[in-house]
Amino acid sequence: MDTMKKRWISIYVENEIGVLARISGLFSGKSYNIDTLTVGVTEDPTMSRMTIGVTSDDKTFEQIKKQLNRSVEVIKVMDFTDLPIHMKELMFVKVNSCTEKDKAEAFRIAQVYGVKIEDYNKNTILFECTMTEDKNNSLLKLLSETYGYRLEVVRGGAVAIEAVSYTER
Amino acid sequence: MDIKGTELFVKALREEGVDTVFGYPGGMAIDLFDALYDADDIDVILPRHEQALVHEADGYARSTGKVGVCLVTSGPGATNLVTGIATANYDCVPLVCFTGQVSRDLIGNDAFQEVDIVGVTRNICKYAVTVRDRKDLATIIKKAFYVARTGKPGPVVVDIPKDIQLEMGSDEYPSEISIRGYKPSNGVHVGQLKKAMTMLKSAHKPVILAGGGVKISRAGESLTRLAEKMRIPVITTIMGKGVIPTDHPMYVGNIGMYGNYASNKAISECDVLFAIGVRFGDRITGKIEEFAKNAKIIHVDIDTASISRNIVVNIPIVADAKTALDEMLNHASAVKSDAWLKSIDEWKKEIPITMSGYEGMTPEKIINRINDLFPDSIVTTDVGQNQLWTTQYIRMDGKRQFLTSGGLGTMGYGLPAAIGASIGNPGKPVICISGDGGAQMNIQELATAHALETPVILCIFNNTYLGNVKQMQKMFYNKRYSSTCLRYSRSCNRQCRIDGTCTGRDYVPDFVKLAESYGCVGIRVEDESQMDEAFKRAAENTKSVTLIEFMLDCEYDVYPMVPGGAALSDMMFG
Repeated sequence: MDTMKKRWISIYVENEIGVLARISGLFSGKSYNIDTLTVGVTEDPTMSRMTIGVTSDDKTFEQIKKQLNRSVEVIKVMDFTDLPIHMKELMFVKVNSCTEKDKAEAFRIAQVYGVKIEDYNKNTILFECTMTEDKNNSLLKLLSETYGYRLEVVRGGAVAIEAVSYTER
Repeated sequence: MDIKGTELFVKALREEGVDTVFGYPGGMAIDLFDALYDADDIDVILPRHEQALVHEADGYARSTGKVGVCLVTSGPGATNLVTGIATANYDCVPLVCFTGQVSRDLIGNDAFQEVDIVGVTRNICKYAVTVRDRKDLATIIKKAFYVARTGKPGPVVVDIPKDIQLEMGSDEYPSEISIRGYKPSNGVHVGQLKKAMTMLKSAHKPVILAGGGVKISRAGESLTRLAEKMRIPVITTIMGKGVIPTDHPMYVGNIGMYGNYASNKAISECDVLFAIGVRFGDRITGKIEEFAKNAKIIHVDIDTASISRNIVVNIPIVADAKTALDEMLNHASAVKSDAWLKSIDEWKKEIPITMSGYEGMTPEKIINRINDLFPDSIVTTDVGQNQLWTTQYIRMDGKRQFLTSGGLGTMGYGLPAAIGASIGNPGKPVICISGDGGAQMNIQELATAHALETPVILCIFNNTYLGNVKQMQKMFYNKRYSSTCLRYSRSCNRQCRIDGTCTGRDYVPDFVKLAESYGCVGIRVEDESQMDEAFKRAAENTKSVTLIEFMLDCEYDVYPMVPGGAALSDMMFG
């Protein structure tokens, strides 16, 4: 049995109604689990680009790529797993019921991680984090250790593009 | 010049060379049918049920190689196609299914007979699309035919809202199309082929495994020549049966769950397996770890996704079967396979496929009579024991065609597929071998056949049971015949195990009377001595279906059999 590992695919698809359903249906119909999927229109308005993250073994991942490739709506499939890329994910974290001490700690954390405190009031703080998925994960771990159940999290899913000179994932 | 969407639809059919449409009208398709009313060059077939309609288009497409065209209304008309679309998708049959749809302003409103058919069929067809703009209608139809017939063929669904049907727009229909996300493979990687040839030539126990892909690419002759030239035995899947004549010295038989002893043994013992146009489905591999355990495997398929999915292969080759075989023929030379061919011959003699252990009118005898009397014919089957016996005993000589629902295993396929094949091949005898269970799914098509004077011979193997399931209940469920007896009635013992105390009522329907009520000929055959007379009458009836009901002993089973999940070498012989 191959080892399970995190993989990334970037695909160009037709920007049409139903294509997202077709792609997600292909995953669910064949019991492939999607970790994350983002989609948005590209420089060409007739095309969208999806960044898809999956955790799978080699064999399943090969099948996923082949199945995507044979879909009429899919224009191009790129395996980003081992390519030099830049990948970022937008994550909002709201901390509720903050004390003054909590807030001071929040600013320290934001400074160290290089993320923004986008908004706050007397007892709530909102982090806006645009980092790699891994870094967002570590920050989130720290925040939940610090603030526990008071967190509210919204994650946007990763977007990725081929690197120009260095890689960051 | 501007024309209505419906007029463009008819024009598109003509441009695509369509001369036959299988259609069932309804509110959202009425305008399309109206446009066809004056199209004398396009024959519109009216079946009696949309499920049968799509199987008829399927039988037509498989037997002619043309694209089968379906036209139905929205909602239930469209959803009734679902089973047939999935059937065609599994067996790679080119279909274009047009569905009427409610007007665009009503889509999403739960309008009368509104169904998101594109959403429903998305995962069971090659491509599905709703036309959302009149100006896209022509390119979408062009695209549909192109996608359906190229690469690995398959069904395409085109959903046309009523307002688009009526909207005026350009009359242009493109002569060519290029789809950026769809480039079917053409050609073959010669380097990979050479590697394959080297591997085959070094083999001592080589085997060719040919599947439905060889049939679809009409590569039977090339395959036969390659087998002759290289002296490599050929084994087929049930979908590949007939790509080489069944009496050819290089032909071994079918592989798989109901394959013959020599084939399954040869696959288990071969050292190089050359598989072409197969997808290594579970019914042919048995236990994956034991499948062709000692063999290096070469796999040619047009679909990259079929390669190394179920079986890991040593040399993958993405190509159309005929392209690959013709290229291989340029490099073919004989392999030293004499000893291997001899052992296969011995296995064939050791345990041949036969029902000679049974008394009476066995399916083997019936099918052999059909082989003798109708050599140049098209044979379709339903699904179940009738199908398995046919795949075992049907004789294929290169001329005859054999159509069966192999992948999805759809009961109710046989009769409509036969009618479709008959429509596509006028004058050619078409025989459907069905069971008494499957025959009752889509029996209403006798009316279609009567109306169109399609002389199909419908052979119903009546054993009063859903025999294939019953066989498994007999073998693996301690004869607990749960819901498989078609004579079961309220007065029956639910735990009946056929111990001679049957209180079941008389079998219904009376197939002979049923046939007669549809204006067809019905004949009941209870003894083998009556067979020839029945077939003679059937051959003389060129105006309607002849239904021949063969009364079979319900204890006839299909052997050999590999139990589900077991290795191919673990065959049971009854």
